[in-house]
Amino acid sequence: MQFGILINEGPYTHQASDSAFLFARTAIEKGHTVPRVFFYHDGVNNSNRLATPPQDDRNVSARWSKLAAEHGVDLVVCVAAAQRRGITDDVLAPGFRISGLGQLVEMGIQYDRLVTFGD
Amino acid sequence: MSDMDEMDDGSGIIKKFMFLNRKAPHGTVYALEGLEVVLITAAFDQDVSMVFTDDGVYQLLKGIDTKGIEVKDFSKTYRALEGYDIEKLYVDQKSMDARGLTEEDLIVDVTVLSVDEMANLMAEQDVVISF
Repeated sequence: MQFGILINEGPYTHQASDSAFLFARTAIEKGHTVPRVFFYHDGVNNSNRLATPPQDDRNVSARWSKLAAEHGVDLVVCVAAAQRRGITDDVLAPGFRISGLGQLVEMGIQYDRLVTFGD
Repeated sequence: MSDMDEMDDGSGIIKKFMFLNRKAPHGTVYALEGLEVVLITAAFDQDVSMVFTDDGVYQLLKGIDTKGIEVKDFSKTYRALEGYDIEKLYVDQKSMDARGLTEEDLIVDVTVLSVDEMANLMAEQDVVISF
């Protein structure tokens, strides 16, 4: 099954991105595909490569980047939400790209399921 | 918004998208940014429904004035939805009752649904996005 994922909250304050990551990783392990993850609202902050959490904590943006590199997951950050929050190409972690909301709508149209993680 | 008029993912597929609005219009950004997704989805010629439930019913309240909190008042956008062919607007009866609201208090025409009717409507959807 093809899963699209929508993440609406930023890292660390909320569990949404962590839950989404575990869901995506598990879905892929089980033989499903996650062609794209879309980051919206404060979710755009998950793409910031400048975040440096303590070493004994998970690095949210880095593990998304790793998942993208290993499984070809397209990590899309909403341009309008990103601009509001100072997320530009300069701070994007590897594997993330900035694009429009149409990329989110496409997931709903094309994939078997769209799963939202947020409050 | 004219740049969104002819969006197409090339598949010709039309799915039923429901947008579930659960939050008050101000206090958080969900309602404002959620509305953007609704408009884009309509530009993709999808079958769009909007549901207002919990504090989301306040999004449609008449007479919203944001001067005091110095943020953008986007409540006029709800009245413009018809222009984007977004005409299926539903509110949850229980949420309205709990807040002492009636249809007269709202800026747009809506269909008021019971919990059971809402559940049936949700079950018919292909995609439900909650803000």
